[in-house]
Amino acid sequence: MLAADPRTAAAWRRFRQEITDAGPERRREMLRQRANQSRTADLHMIGRAGLGHVGGDMSVLDILTTLFFAVLRVDPEKPDWPDRDRFVLSKGHTAGALYATLAAAGFFPEEELDSFIAPMSPLNGHPNRVKVPGVETNTGPLGHGLPVSVGMAVAGRLAASARHVYVVLGDGELQEGSNWEAAMTAGHRRLANLTAVVDRNRLQQGARTEDTNGLDPLDAKWRAFGWDVHEVDGHDHLALLEALTAPRTERPTCIIANTIKGRGVSFMENLVEWHHKVPSAEQISAATAELAR
Amino acid sequence: MSTFDCRVAFAEELINLAREDERIVAVCNDSVGSSNLVGFATEFPDRMINVGIAEQDMVGVGAGLALSGYIPFVCAAAPFLTGRALEQIKADVAYSQAPVVLCGMSPGMAYGELGPTHHSIEDLSWLRAIAGLGIVVPADPAETRAAVRWAAASATPVFLRIGRFKVPAVTGDAPFTFGTAGRLREGTDVTVVAAGTMVSRALEAAEEAAAEGVSVRVLNMSTIAPLDEPAIRQAISETRAIVTAEEATTTGGLGAAVAAVVVTERNPVPMRMLGVPREFAPTGNTAFLLSHFGLTAADIRTAAVHLARADA
Repeated sequence: MLAADPRTAAAWRRFRQEITDAGPERRREMLRQRANQSRTADLHMIGRAGLGHVGGDMSVLDILTTLFFAVLRVDPEKPDWPDRDRFVLSKGHTAGALYATLAAAGFFPEEELDSFIAPMSPLNGHPNRVKVPGVETNTGPLGHGLPVSVGMAVAGRLAASARHVYVVLGDGELQEGSNWEAAMTAGHRRLANLTAVVDRNRLQQGARTEDTNGLDPLDAKWRAFGWDVHEVDGHDHLALLEALTAPRTERPTCIIANTIKGRGVSFMENLVEWHHKVPSAEQISAATAELAR
Repeated sequence: MSTFDCRVAFAEELINLAREDERIVAVCNDSVGSSNLVGFATEFPDRMINVGIAEQDMVGVGAGLALSGYIPFVCAAAPFLTGRALEQIKADVAYSQAPVVLCGMSPGMAYGELGPTHHSIEDLSWLRAIAGLGIVVPADPAETRAAVRWAAASATPVFLRIGRFKVPAVTGDAPFTFGTAGRLREGTDVTVVAAGTMVSRALEAAEEAAAEGVSVRVLNMSTIAPLDEPAIRQAISETRAIVTAEEATTTGGLGAAVAAVVVTERNPVPMRMLGVPREFAPTGNTAFLLSHFGLTAADIRTAAVHLARADA
């Protein structure tokens, strides 16, 4: 198991305080820059490793950044704190985005990103809770995160804990029926301490979701299963923040975050081929320049 | 001889545990009745999580509870628990090291007439291939109680195979120890390695073989994984043949596990596997099917005596 990096964790704590104190425009800019730094780290990590799911990483990073830098009640130096909020990345193939985020928050040293998928590295191609602090359950095969999160939410309720459970789902993975089994359970049990965020980039590995096994009308589906639904621009940090912290009813919450696969890198945006294509050195430097703006 | 349904012992012990430890919860798939959880649900309604007919969700929910400090007993008919949620058992439970107790109810051919869709004979083969998952098949009510208690305290992923077919008390003075075979009868000619419902048949067979002058050792292999390899190696060195008996398919089950040990010995012994072949069962009740597939006490005796004499 990796150990926390106290200096980065301290910087993360300062950042969170600043975010809390800042006005909306400053807050938006801080989160935008922070997400783009993680995008850059992720691209370099994938370039070095020669493997990764770059399109989905770029798509989900604004959601992960907003959660870890403005919402989640967690402590990188006490990753097992019992009443912490739980975060589950159900779309485990975007492990790179999660690793970049966890490292930036100080859960483990940022240099460890250099080991991504190297032999014996704790940073496997899909997240492993036994090896990486901040990872709550192993994911990779799709359709697993929501049922486990439902179990965590039931546990939170049994323990009368204020902890909240957040799970990020890919939209393509909603084609797995296990999600809808779990959505029924959460709706039926009125798990108000559970929030699912759908990274709705409308692309899956091979094609557009709507050309493969269509999900629309997605909001109506979640509502029919007993959830409250918010639909937001998944790259608008303030909109995400507002939806993630909105007053809760007695129902679980689904946030449909409309995103762009490959977001932030102009030549990757909205192209199926960037699901897991590896950028060249030239492409990484061009992307880094774009993301530094 | 009086016989018992292990599900009764299972349910009673689970309730006893739940009274002692509030972390004990039950998760099921509309199987409150068939998993014998009515008493638990009545006494601990908040800790009874019935997700309905949704096995993938059920196992995932169990994993989430276990990763949050609870001790979930996830109960469902064995064929559906293992077959429908196999990837959840692998990824969410075993690979995540979530200490879930997976309780496969009414395994083997307990649901005889309901047909092969409802027979759980592949479960041992499927689960034996998954790293880090303990597999326990209690032979009688006393062992069931001990296994339930051990599983709750183990803090590791476990599969308990809880039989519906009534069995006599057999373990007596050989209490359950995870990973250790119970030696229920001494013998010098042949060793019968059995599990679950087959253990009492093996003891009966040993008695009958003795009348024919063949001395049979009986091992109750209640832990299928990790297998008690020393007990097998001892049997190879101290007896002249091995018979395995299981209410499961021999394609990857207990017999295959034992055989994998036998072939690594410099001086292996002849072996015969009794179990269900790689075929779907015909129509019939449990007793008929056990007889059809050669799993009666008489079949075990015949196999043991034949091996003892062929070698003599």
